[in-house]
Amino acid sequence: MGTEDIEIESRNLNLWYGDTQALKDISIPIQKNMVTALIGPSGCGKSTFIRCINRMNDLIKGCRITGKVLFEGSDVYENDVDVVVLRKKIGMVFQKPNPFPMSIYDNIAYGPRIHGTQTKRELDKVVEDSLKAAALWDEVGDLLDKPALDLSGGQQQRLCIARTLAVKPDVILFDEPCSALDPISTARIEDLIAELKHDYTIIIVTHNMQQAARVSDRTAFFLLGEMIEFGDTKQIFERPVEKSTENYITGRFG
Amino acid sequence: MSRAIRGRIFSPDITDKVAILLLWASAAITVFILVSIIGMIVYRGIGVIDISFLLDSPRMSGAEGGIFPAIVGTLCLVAVAILTAGPIGVGAAVYLTEYAPDNVVTRIITFGVECLAGIPSIVIGLFGYAFLVVYLGFGFSILSGGLALMFMILPWTVRASEEAIKTVPGGLKDGSLALGATKWQTIRQVVLPSALPGITTGFILGIGKAIGETAVIMYTAGSSLLLPESIFEPVRALPYHLYILASEGISDEMAYGSAAVLLGMVLLINFIAVAIQRYYQTRSGLRH
Repeated sequence: MGTEDIEIESRNLNLWYGDTQALKDISIPIQKNMVTALIGPSGCGKSTFIRCINRMNDLIKGCRITGKVLFEGSDVYENDVDVVVLRKKIGMVFQKPNPFPMSIYDNIAYGPRIHGTQTKRELDKVVEDSLKAAALWDEVGDLLDKPALDLSGGQQQRLCIARTLAVKPDVILFDEPCSALDPISTARIEDLIAELKHDYTIIIVTHNMQQAARVSDRTAFFLLGEMIEFGDTKQIFERPVEKSTENYITGRFG
Repeated sequence: MSRAIRGRIFSPDITDKVAILLLWASAAITVFILVSIIGMIVYRGIGVIDISFLLDSPRMSGAEGGIFPAIVGTLCLVAVAILTAGPIGVGAAVYLTEYAPDNVVTRIITFGVECLAGIPSIVIGLFGYAFLVVYLGFGFSILSGGLALMFMILPWTVRASEEAIKTVPGGLKDGSLALGATKWQTIRQVVLPSALPGITTGFILGIGKAIGETAVIMYTAGSSLLLPESIFEPVRALPYHLYILASEGISDEMAYGSAAVLLGMVLLINFIAVAIQRYYQTRSGLRH
């Protein structure tokens, strides 16, 4: 594992929900233009961890954080950080597809519009580019005025990816993006992730170990709020160092 | 076990049938009451209803002629009420659901809204008279009557808006915030449009309540039978007109005719509420 080109790094990150500690002393470097997978059983803290990176945990009452999350060298929890700018640079795709109840076009244009892009020409281009990058243009290019909720689940999830790409982030966080999708839609999203890593740094939380093995370069194994092991995906799956990692990967629990 | 079976006077089969019969009877009584009211009003009122009844001014205190000024008066009062209760109701609902800290003050405000809904309308009428007509000097007018009606329907618009906002899936909010939208942008562009069908329905039901209200407006809107020229002039609303026709023995026929028109307006508004809700849901793709 080299230390070149680290885009995000958590250092001794701890998080409490009220009195319950959900993350314990997590330190992970996330490399640029790579896919980092976070695996582990339910409730192990992996989703909580990625929600720290774009500060979505700010919204949760009674949530307290210590430690650092460095993005491009500076701590995202510093007082002068503008959360709006941070979330523009670090996009997020959620577990359940969540297109807005508006047209396909307006869904994609939503981000650029709130960040100041107004002219029709620019918006048209962003919408087309984003849909193409999310491998959805061929299917919906003629249906831009249709409600986004008319699309299938898999198409909705790719629309949400396109919507994230439209604000031109550097990093994309995927929070179990395929857990609500059928195998064919899942395969398309996985292909897309492999494509996207050339331009973006990707962190994906997944329950599906085969998925982690297929799409990621690095893998971190979480258990009960602690990060047990982190390394190259191949190494984690073939020669895990920790006993609990091996037990989880071989399906002995979780 | 065997004693329990012997101890029963009726078999389970019979108690079952009796229960179903009682439930059926309750439903039947409900429908019967509704049909009786509508049937009787329409039966006794339909005779006087024609175009001139709807579009003429009353003559001889309403014993002859039509009810046009009362229809206009009702519509003006309701318009003032909903145009004021609407924005205030949505604003209060957004504050209470999205911004208010979860503490004692917020709970007191919420409780206050519920209490406001429970104030008898005659009391609101009396307050409207003292505050709007006399103290603020609006006189008997559309403005006084409309604002008094607003006091009455405000809790309903707040509560309907709150419910509508609460049913917007949290995932939509997260999606917007994760794109870098501010909380207000998220509320204005994602939450409120998603809640619009519910909010609209709440408004229209508020209009339905306001249209039939008598006690609130008899102290505040006046009882003029002339067509109003501004919101500072008095009007007589349809339910009050009907009350005067009946209680002063002017004309029973005209009273039933007015009642039938009022009933028609309320039903129409309920249909519009349903239609609007379906339209929004279809357009946004929430319903197919």
